[in-house]
Amino acid sequence: QRIEIHKLRQGDNLILGFSIGGGIDQDPTQNPFSEDKTDKGIYVTRVTVGGPAEVAGLQVGDKIMQVNGWDMTMVTHDQARKRLTKRNEEVVRLLVTRQSLQKAVQQSMMS
Amino acid sequence: KIEPLKVTVDFLKVPLGLKKPPLKEALAALPGKPKSQILERHKPRRSDAMDNESQYSGYSYKSGHSRSSRKHRDRRERHRSKSRDGTRGDKSVTIQAPGEPLLDNGSTRGDERDDNWGETTTVVTGTSEHSISHDDLTRITKDMEDSAHLDCSRHLGVALGGALALLAFLTPLAFLLLPQLLWREELEPCGTPCEGLFISVAFKLLILLLGSWALFFRRPKAFFPRVFVFRALLMVLVFLLVVSYWLFYGVRILDSRDRNYRGVVQFAVSLVDALLFVHYLAVVLLELRQLQPQFTLKAVRSADGASRFYNVGHLSIQRAAVWILENYYHDFPVYNPALLNLPKSVLSKKMSGFKVYSLGEENSTNNSTGQSRAVIAAAARRRDNSHNEFYYEEAEHERRVRKRRARLVVAVEEAFTHIKRLQEEEQKNPREIMDPREAAQAIFASMARAMQKYLRTTKQQPYHTMESILQHLEFCITHDMTPKAFLERYLTAGPTIQYHKDRWLAKQWTLVSEEPVTNGLKDGVVFVLKRQDFSLVVSTKKIPFFKLSEEFVDPKSHKFIMRLQSETSV
Repeated sequence: QRIEIHKLRQGDNLILGFSIGGGIDQDPTQNPFSEDKTDKGIYVTRVTVGGPAEVAGLQVGDKIMQVNGWDMTMVTHDQARKRLTKRNEEVVRLLVTRQSLQKAVQQSMMS
Repeated sequence: KIEPLKVTVDFLKVPLGLKKPPLKEALAALPGKPKSQILERHKPRRSDAMDNESQYSGYSYKSGHSRSSRKHRDRRERHRSKSRDGTRGDKSVTIQAPGEPLLDNGSTRGDERDDNWGETTTVVTGTSEHSISHDDLTRITKDMEDSAHLDCSRHLGVALGGALALLAFLTPLAFLLLPQLLWREELEPCGTPCEGLFISVAFKLLILLLGSWALFFRRPKAFFPRVFVFRALLMVLVFLLVVSYWLFYGVRILDSRDRNYRGVVQFAVSLVDALLFVHYLAVVLLELRQLQPQFTLKAVRSADGASRFYNVGHLSIQRAAVWILENYYHDFPVYNPALLNLPKSVLSKKMSGFKVYSLGEENSTNNSTGQSRAVIAAAARRRDNSHNEFYYEEAEHERRVRKRRARLVVAVEEAFTHIKRLQEEEQKNPREIMDPREAAQAIFASMARAMQKYLRTTKQQPYHTMESILQHLEFCITHDMTPKAFLERYLTAGPTIQYHKDRWLAKQWTLVSEEPVTNGLKDGVVFVLKRQDFSLVVSTKKIPFFKLSEEFVDPKSHKFIMRLQSETSV
């Protein structure tokens, strides 16, 4: 699913309104959202209520595949953070996937 | 019922085979017979083997029967074993001793030797030949009336062994002295080398004497049913050695009247060396070979399932049996028939159902087997309740025991506070000073009731008489033991050896084995040591061959990293 988030300006920072976890330098087995425990991708762990991410439709447990065209499946945690919080970007476009989407795809493939 | 059994056992204490002769002399199946009978039965070529009593007759073993000769007779004597078993009971009944309790007999014997249990006989294999031991001689001379005929056979065996020993020991001296006595004038003078050789002979003989005293003249632990193969082998060896030396000596030196005295002395020295090496061989075969553990033996008591594991080396089955018995007396908790029965309330329900547990006394098993089949089907429906009953009964019993135990501990603690050791500097009225016995009696009264109740609840009261408790109390007071130390004897059921002698309930064990008992232990061998009430089932397992490999770990190679799971908000 493609989600477009408009950043909110708060003071000196641009806020997106969610938290991420994961990365190739992290321990994937502690990820509560991933189905496959060796998945080192970036996952959304929290979404602040009423923030731009929630407004845009981002949900907890989503795996972020791309940010503005940059691939997020094989990045370190810090790189992911950097890509999401670039100062000169007002809008970030995310490509995310979640389990409900995956299931729907599977079902459509089977039927 | 215990008394006649004890009497029976008492007489069975004396080696079984040796008691058989009065009934079965004709069979002459029993090698413990007087020498003449033995000689008739043996083929002439075996006479030397038979003559070989060990010069070191400390242990019990048979005079010279080798196993092969037994095999010939096995078949025709197999049927005899059954008849022998049948008469065993008769014999013991006819020879009624005055009904002394086992204690007295045991104590007279026990004074002379440490533990005389180990009366065994093989039931399965045909013959059982019996061993004679050196110390049995002294024991038997003090024994009672029926052992008279036993003395002869044992005496004879021991005498033969001693004779051979003496012969072997004196031979070198004879070798040295005979030329001096017979043809002194013709001998060449022999200077310092001879003197050196004399000294060496003297010291070697002394060492041999001390070594054989240390190794062989020990109290036998047990009475083996069959000949101790290694000993017999060694006896043959010694005898052949001595005989061959005498042959050479007679032919070469006596007949030809050799004038070279130095040669004679060297000849004698070589014999002493050979004897020392035989002694070394004896040490290795009899003592060292069994030290390295090769097998693990599991001994399970059939009555209540108590089991232990032991590591032993290469032993024959009979020696392993004796080893197990030695350890049985200090490892296994004492056999308490009263603890085998299920509580009455459970039993009353189960009586109509199955009796699953084996009882201590034999007479009641007949009833259960008779009934159980008939009512199993009918009682199948009621099966469900019995385990419930059992569970609650057990919980109740536990609670009761704990309560009584608490009372006992408190009573004993309190009693011990009344006694204090007299310090040297205190001056007290002489009437107030007590020796340990009186002190024990003084405080016993306060704890007697609690003790009695506790013992009754744990069904230990047959094992502890008031006298024994008093004695133990006196012992503990003398050695400044705390109440807890005094109580350890009563709170847990200890090993059998800790109790009074008559609780050992006789020292006769029967070894039942499918293989000949002089066979070595092998993986998977099972034998049974039987007593009247229960038996010990022993099974063997080989200790596996360990393959150790080496791995070197560099101390600097221990390195670690953090497992991260961070969360950043964007």
